[in-house]
Amino acid sequence: MKILVAVKRVIDYNVQIRVKEDGSGVHTDNVKMSTNPPDDNAVEEAVKLKESGKVKEVVAITIGEEKAQETVRKALAVGADRGIHVKADSYIEPLGVAKILKKVVEKEKPDMVFLGKQAIDDDCNQTGQMLAAMLNWPQGTFSSKVNLKDKVIEIVREIDEGLETIEINLPAVVTCDLRLNEPRYASLPNIMKAKKKPMEQMVAKDLGVDLTNRIQQLKVEEPPKRKGGIKVSSVAELVSKLKNEAKVI
Amino acid sequence: MSLLLIAEHDNSKLKVFTLNTINAASKIDGDIHVLVAGSGCENVSKEVAAVPLVKKVLLCDSPNYKDYLPENLAPLVTKLAEKYDQIVASANTFGKNFMPRVAAALDVSQVSDVTKINSADTFVRPIYAGNAFATVKSNDKKKCITIRPTSFDPAPKTGGSAQIEKVEAVAVPNNSKFIKREETKSDRPELGTARVVISGGRGMESADNFKLITAIADKLNAAVGASRAAVDAGYISNDHQVGQTGKVVVPDLYIAVGISGAIQHLAGMKESKIIVAINKDGEAPIFSIADYGLEADLFKALPEFLAELNKLNTIQK
Repeated sequence: MKILVAVKRVIDYNVQIRVKEDGSGVHTDNVKMSTNPPDDNAVEEAVKLKESGKVKEVVAITIGEEKAQETVRKALAVGADRGIHVKADSYIEPLGVAKILKKVVEKEKPDMVFLGKQAIDDDCNQTGQMLAAMLNWPQGTFSSKVNLKDKVIEIVREIDEGLETIEINLPAVVTCDLRLNEPRYASLPNIMKAKKKPMEQMVAKDLGVDLTNRIQQLKVEEPPKRKGGIKVSSVAELVSKLKNEAKVI
Repeated sequence: MSLLLIAEHDNSKLKVFTLNTINAASKIDGDIHVLVAGSGCENVSKEVAAVPLVKKVLLCDSPNYKDYLPENLAPLVTKLAEKYDQIVASANTFGKNFMPRVAAALDVSQVSDVTKINSADTFVRPIYAGNAFATVKSNDKKKCITIRPTSFDPAPKTGGSAQIEKVEAVAVPNNSKFIKREETKSDRPELGTARVVISGGRGMESADNFKLITAIADKLNAAVGASRAAVDAGYISNDHQVGQTGKVVVPDLYIAVGISGAIQHLAGMKESKIIVAINKDGEAPIFSIADYGLEADLFKALPEFLAELNKLNTIQK
């Protein structure tokens, strides 16, 4: 079996983002970038399935500018076999990303596509589901446990009410929750070895899909600043304020 | 034209967040039609018909939709979407699961997690886990929109009498199977909808010490939350986690105990109406967003807090 795993380069989750003064977006110059956190879980799960012998090949793919390759190199360093970089210099909406992935799926013919459940930059939570719909495949979203069987995959999903277990036929799309596993760190020798693994290059606009963005970003603003309140000197004062001033208890 | 909204329910009752989404949708288009797709869900359709903001209910009662499998639900919504300009659902795990499938089938770029509606095509949505807000304009003719329910008040429940129209099920792909759902059982309110949330952080020092939190939660009828640090330290299970990678909560009262206030935690609770912080470190960032801060040792403060609550004649539930 073969897994295609999609990774995205985003502003590192530890960075406090800064909104540009002109409202055109957020500052990305000289800001630490890394792989979208749940995409690391997707890579980890694919590599674990390969190590278990159930999966033969793991192919990592990213879409983005030249530097987005770093995310694929990182996937290669923890065990993916080869990489694909689809070059795109400007922002592509999830709809366009799903169309690109569909093209690659048609060529690569994987049994499963793994992705993170959501990117922590645009927070859209769409790409995996859109790809599944375009391929007419079933999906397991927000997956916190996967059990690959012969022709099906059993998935435990994190839903608002608790957990849901489903069984979906292969081929399928799986989007991964942070609780799925603990992503490993790449060792230095593996990082060196990853540099020799094959990386195929494609250009997004040459793939023959419509990548026109449909959503115009008019402005980006900081959230309303929450004013700090007061310090109370005792528990009794706190309870009295909550009861009589805020009227919440 | 009109707006199609997909109701969330458990086949016997409407999920309350659908009312918030209906209210939000009424700011996009006044002609709201609500789809109730499920199995044996006629009562839900009656419940929805009583909502005054709803103009028509579409009832699709079929075993195909019993467990809301997105592979089955999306083709139905896609077919019904022919007659509508906007397709709307709640941005929770229900709406997030199926709506992008509908958008892809319609070749529409979805607007996710809307927190404010400026006009029929312009919306505000959080990005970077709520650390920025983007105003976006959708240029698609048909629009697929998911609404963050906690950003809107619920629509009134009674007084309406919308017409209920039955619609036919459509073919399903038979490529997915529902096995089971394990709902987190607790005597306390659900974290996502509780009026009061009390959360513990690394400062709790052990799983056992969370008893101090749960005792107060019982008294206030509050849900129990935790910071990622407390979850990572094994003090409490991860379904209690509040934050960017956990749940986003917007209660009337949020009490953060022994939580310093990392960005990742603040992203999950800073929209709460009243925030209380109890922490022995007076410099902890949580104090900068707290309405009431108490600089104190939590192991002394929490028992005192409970004692003070016990002195009160009445407590809101």
